[in-house]
Amino acid sequence: MSGVLNVAETARTVRSRKCSARQAVQSAINAIRDREGRLKTFISVSPDAALKRADEIDAAIAHGRDPGPLAGVPVALKDNICNRHAATTCASNILRDFVPPYDAHVVERLTAAGAIILAKTNMDEFAMGSSTENSGFFKTRNPWNENCVPGGSSGGSTAAVAARMIPAAFGSDTGGSIRQPAALCGVTGLKPTYGRVSRYGLVAFGSSLDQIGPITVDARDAALLLAVIAGRDPRDSTSVAEPVPDYVAALDKPIHGLKIGIAAEYFGQGLDPQVETAVRAALDLFRARGAEVREITLPHMKYAVACYYVVATAEASSNLARYDGVHYGHRTPVPSDLIDLYARSRHEGFGAEVKRRIMLGTYVLSSGYYDAYYLKALKVRTLIRRDFERAFESVDVIASPVTPTTAFPIGEKSDDPLAMYLADIYTISANLAGVPAISIPCGFDAKRLPIGLQLTGPWFREDRILNLAHQFQSATDHHTHRPPLAAA
Amino acid sequence: MARESKIDESLVRHVAHLSRLALTDDEITRMTGELSAIVGYIDQLGELDTADVPPTAHALPVHNVFREDEVTPSFDSDTALSNAPQREGTFFRVPKILDTGDGA
Repeated sequence: MSGVLNVAETARTVRSRKCSARQAVQSAINAIRDREGRLKTFISVSPDAALKRADEIDAAIAHGRDPGPLAGVPVALKDNICNRHAATTCASNILRDFVPPYDAHVVERLTAAGAIILAKTNMDEFAMGSSTENSGFFKTRNPWNENCVPGGSSGGSTAAVAARMIPAAFGSDTGGSIRQPAALCGVTGLKPTYGRVSRYGLVAFGSSLDQIGPITVDARDAALLLAVIAGRDPRDSTSVAEPVPDYVAALDKPIHGLKIGIAAEYFGQGLDPQVETAVRAALDLFRARGAEVREITLPHMKYAVACYYVVATAEASSNLARYDGVHYGHRTPVPSDLIDLYARSRHEGFGAEVKRRIMLGTYVLSSGYYDAYYLKALKVRTLIRRDFERAFESVDVIASPVTPTTAFPIGEKSDDPLAMYLADIYTISANLAGVPAISIPCGFDAKRLPIGLQLTGPWFREDRILNLAHQFQSATDHHTHRPPLAAA
Repeated sequence: MARESKIDESLVRHVAHLSRLALTDDEITRMTGELSAIVGYIDQLGELDTADVPPTAHALPVHNVFREDEVTPSFDSDTALSNAPQREGTFFRVPKILDTGDGA
């Protein structure tokens, strides 16, 4: 069997009664039954609740009610996005049994639009990692090569979509956690502008960086989903009241005359020549369609990883202070006193990478080091943001690789934290600057592993990067290739 | 830039205490090496002259956001306590906190 349809096709067939919502959900359940044992992408699957919800949608359609633009579309959520009455673990032992009493904003929006939450996906614990190997529960495999990582931290979400087990999944992106695994799994992954999508109900990691975004087969599906989840929500005071444009209508605009910037900083040492060749071929295609490719410079990009690992860990050390064994989460069985309860509950509940980042973040915020590290990084962040402001004065979009290499073998970087951090070298600066960026498939290397193209736009111009991504996908078929276990 | 900031085991133990993490001796040793390498990498930020650069806390021109101070529905106590590791009636139960000697 070939697996699920994409988002647009599923919604169209359900809305036009060619297929029921129950059949759409059952098709995902069947694909999961068929493939999940090999890939291990999901922490939990809720077939009964999903089928019940599907029946409600089918009943609404039978009664002539509009079931919403995403009618009957099964979706998966990264397991750091809360949905009521379903475990939300962040792939951490400290939240192993946590069941949130409320729905995230994106869950409310998706449900109101007719989508059906079917499963929760594996991830690096608390979204800290680039390979999904830091999951506290199990490792996820890349559908293109089961000895390779799917990327991370949203690796369960991207592997599930790549294997056509689910039409779409949602991830969170703090330093590349949607785009990097999307590239490594050969799917489309969008990180919206900081403030575009409410994080209410997303378990916080780096609050000045985190965004929720869709992971799909193509840019059209990403546009459909972003249209549903974007917009102001008073429960996330950083979400912005900026108007939500018609992302789907913008897809078909011609790209003639569009100015695309390329920066030497994305093509330096460490970039696999096969990745570079595929990205440059994409630029040739844009030129052939009338876009203009211009050299730009982002002079502070080489400091982005260092800046990020101060800012993100500082924020994480503060956000993760709430896991204290008191109100929810793991509590050590026999504490000697309250401080011991905190320290042992946290020690027992958190994995190695989470502890490392809490330690680093606490260090850079601690007395005597705050100015030298934290304040310094905030100033460097200004320089990185200004690089993008200057670049977008002369170009409309910036094109680059997503990652320096294709998917790497499981275990290759898991003992070297710094090497793992550098896997995000091309994605981190978009989070620091707050700009939107999308990863789309643009080819394969000699080992038949997918290569990603990153398109970065100015603040709140998701319409523009989705337009360019869609135009690329209309002219190429990289995004339609399926890994062998999901062959059509 | 704090180039002189050498990370040793005693500093790591201090940070572990601030972090409320009961690390084992092995973890302290391993963490000392790992944090030294990461901080060594981060030290490259010191190459940049940022004397006249304002800090960016986040990337949007959003500052204070106010709302009306109105009563809205919230969780009842059973819902709020639904994930409690230990509860007693309508309270979260914790070990006693007085006379432990370390209130840091």
